[in-house]
Amino acid sequence: MSKRVGMEVSIAISEAVKMANVDVVAAYPITPQTHIVEHLSELVAEGELDAEFMPVESEHSAMSASLGSAAAGARTFTATSSQGLALMHELMYMAPGLRLPMVMAVANRAVSPPISIWNDHSDIMAERDTGWIQVFAENGQEAFDLTIQAYRIAEHPDVQLPVAVNLDGFTLSHVVEPILLPDQAEVDKFLPPWKPMLQLDPAKPISMGMFGIPEIYFEAKKATDEALVGSQKAIVAIWDEFEKLFGRKYNPIETYKTEGAETILVTMGSISETAMTAVDQMRDQGIPVGLVRIRLWRPFPDKEFKAAVKGAKKLGVIDRCLTLGSHANPVGQEVRSLLYQEKDRPYVFNFALGIGGRDVTRADFRYIYDQCQTLAAQGQDRCHMVGVME
Amino acid sequence: MSELQYEKISAKNLPQEEPFAPGHRACQGCGEVLALRMVMKAVGHQAIAVSATGCMEVCTSTFPTSSWRTPWFHVAFENAAAVASGVDSGYKALRRKGKTSQGRFPILAIAGDGGTADIGMQALSGALERWQDFIYVCLDNEAYMNTGIQRSSSTPFGAMTTTSPPGKLSKGQATWKKNMPAIAAAHGVPYVATASPAYYLDLMNKVRKAAATEGPAYLHIYAPCPTGWRMKPELAIESARLAVQSRVFPLYEVINGQYILNRKVDKPKPLTEYLKPQGRFRHLDAQTLADIEARVNAEYEKIVRLAGADKKPAKAEDKPAE
Ligand SMILES: Cc1ncc(C[n+]2csc(CCOP(=O)(O)OP(=O)(O)O)c2C)c(N)n1
Ligand code: SF4
Ligand SMILES: [Mg+2]
Repeated sequence: MSKRVGMEVSIAISEAVKMANVDVVAAYPITPQTHIVEHLSELVAEGELDAEFMPVESEHSAMSASLGSAAAGARTFTATSSQGLALMHELMYMAPGLRLPMVMAVANRAVSPPISIWNDHSDIMAERDTGWIQVFAENGQEAFDLTIQAYRIAEHPDVQLPVAVNLDGFTLSHVVEPILLPDQAEVDKFLPPWKPMLQLDPAKPISMGMFGIPEIYFEAKKATDEALVGSQKAIVAIWDEFEKLFGRKYNPIETYKTEGAETILVTMGSISETAMTAVDQMRDQGIPVGLVRIRLWRPFPDKEFKAAVKGAKKLGVIDRCLTLGSHANPVGQEVRSLLYQEKDRPYVFNFALGIGGRDVTRADFRYIYDQCQTLAAQGQDRCHMVGVME
Repeated sequence: MSELQYEKISAKNLPQEEPFAPGHRACQGCGEVLALRMVMKAVGHQAIAVSATGCMEVCTSTFPTSSWRTPWFHVAFENAAAVASGVDSGYKALRRKGKTSQGRFPILAIAGDGGTADIGMQALSGALERWQDFIYVCLDNEAYMNTGIQRSSSTPFGAMTTTSPPGKLSKGQATWKKNMPAIAAAHGVPYVATASPAYYLDLMNKVRKAAATEGPAYLHIYAPCPTGWRMKPELAIESARLAVQSRVFPLYEVINGQYILNRKVDKPKPLTEYLKPQGRFRHLDAQTLADIEARVNAEYEKIVRLAGADKKPAKAEDKPAE
C-alpha cells in the first residue's frame, strides 16, 4: 500500500533512487540539484541504501564514473544542473552510443552568462541530440514515478539507453508536495534487478568504446538512433504496466481540454500546471483553448503529438530555452518541422517564456493565447519573447 | 605495512600468457606498445583495462578488431582515472550485494603523458584522493603522439615537437618536464613507481606490486617513441636503457611515502649518448646541453637524497634485472 507523505520533491527523487536499490551514485554538487545528492549520501551514510557513493571531483568525472560503473553492470544514478550538465557534454554521447543504461536527474537551470541559478530548460536542450531518453516531470509525484520508471525503461532489453528525468529547478525541485510513496515490495515487483546484456567481466572479456572508421561509424550512429526511436514502444508498455500496478497513467503526450479547442498551447514541465489553470479560466469565459503537454521529449512521439493537436487551427508552442540566432527555439522547431508536411497544418507560433527564472503567471498564458489570434493575421514566423523588457 | 604479497617474476618464470594480443597497429619499434604488452603480461587475464584516447587506444581497437583479451573500455581522452573509478566502485557494490562471483582483481587505467599530466590530471587526482582501488599506468612518450607529436607538460626541455619547434626565437620546448610521480606521491598513495621497458623484469614486478596494493597505485613508464623522437625504430629499447643509465629517467618506488631508489647510477653515461640518436634534440647548442645536464643531475640527486641512498654505497642488488 502506498502512503501519502509531504516532502520536498528533491527528497522524493532520492527516495525513488533508494527504492530502485541503485548500486552506485556518482555526483558533484550544483544548485538546484544539491538536495537530491545530499539526501542520497545521507541514506548511504545511515545504511538505508546499500550503494557506493562517489563524491567525484567534477561533473565530468561524475559522468565518467557513471559510465564505468554501468559498464561494470552496476545500477547507477547521477544528477546535475546547468553548468554541470554542460561540463558533462562531451560524455553525454557515450552512454547512448555504448548502450549503457543509467538514470540522471536534471534539476533544470539556466546556463551562464549571466550566471543564474534559476530555472529554464537551456541546460538539457544543449543535450537534446545526444541520444538520451528525456522526460519532463510536471509535479512531485511525476518526478518520483518517472525516476522509478526510468530504470525499468533504461534496462529494458530492447532499450539499453540512459534516461534523463527533467524537473524544473526550484519551482519543482525545492517545493514540498504530497507524494504517494509505494511499498518497497510493490517497487520490487515493478522493477526487478538489472541483468546486463553486456558488461565488463574478466570471465567474459569484451572490448567497449572502439575506434570507428568511416566504413562503420555511420551505421553505429544509425543503430543508436534506431534504438532511441524504437524505445518508445517499450516506454509505453512500461507506462501501461505502471498504471496497472500503481493506478497512475503516463502518456508520451498529455492533453487537457483539447476537445473542440481552436487554439492549443504546448508546454513541457512544471509550468503546465499554471497553464492548466489559465486554460480553465479561459474555458470559463467560453474561449476554445486547450493544452498539450510533452512528457516524452526524446524520442519525440510524432504520432501521438499529431493526434493530440489534430483539428486545432493555431498552436502556441512555449519554450523555456532560447535558440540564439534562429527563428524558433527547440520545441518550436520540433513542432513546426513535424507538422510542415501535414495537409491541414495549424499555424505554429513559438514563444519563449520564463527564461532564467522569470516568473510565469496565468496572465502570460492568456497573453500567449491572445497573441496567437493576432499573430495569425500578421503571419508571424519568429519566436516571440514573453515578459522581456523592450 | 607488511610486505606486499605477490608472485615475483624472474627470467625463469616469465608469464606465458598474452592478455594483450599481437596484431596491433603501433609503429615499428614502438616502446609504448612494448611496455603495454609487459604490463598486461604481468597483470594477467583476470583484470579490466580502461584506456584513455591516444596512440595505444587507437592502434589496438579498430572495430571490429581488438588487441584486448581482457575486458577493455575506452571512453574519452581525459577521464581514464574516473572511468576506472566507476568500474572499481561498481564492482565493490556488486560484490558487497552478492551480485557478482568475481573477487578482487586489478583494474587498470592506462593513459599517455598528455592524458595524465595535462588534460587527465584532475580526474587522476580525484581518483587517487578517493582511494580508488586501481592501478594508474602513465605511458610517457613525452608528447601527444597520436595527434602528431605536439608538446605536453611531460616533454623534456629543449625537445622539438610540432608545437615547440626550434626557431629564431625558440630552442624547442621551453619548460622543464613535469614531475608526475612526485605529484602522484603527494597524494599519499600506497604505491608509486617509475619503470622502463628496457628493465622488463623490474617493470613487470612493479606491476605485480601495484596489483597487490589495496588502494591506488601509480606507475610511470618511460615509453620511447621512434616516430615522435625522430629516431631509428631499432633504438627504442636502447634509448630506454640509456635514459636510466644517464640519469634522465631514474628508476625508483615510493611505498607509503618512502622513496626507494632501484638503480643507483654512480657513473652515468654521457648525456649526449642518450640525446644524440634522437632527432628531436638535434638542434640543441652546447649551452642548452649543459643546462639540461645540470638539471638532470639535480633531479637525480633529489631522488637519491629522498631515498637516503646518498648515505649508503651502491650494492649489486640495487640494480634491477634487465
Ligand atoms: C577532449 C579532447 N581533446 C583533444 C583530443 C585529441 N587528442 C587525442 S589523443 C591526443 C594526444 C594523446 O597524447 P598522449 O596522452 O601523450 O598519448 P600518446 O598518443 O602520446 O600515447 C589528443 C590531443 C581528444 N581526443 N579529446
Ligand atoms: S607514434 Fe610513437 S607511441 Fe605512437 S604508435 Fe608510433 S611509435 Fe608508438
Ligand atoms: Mg604521449
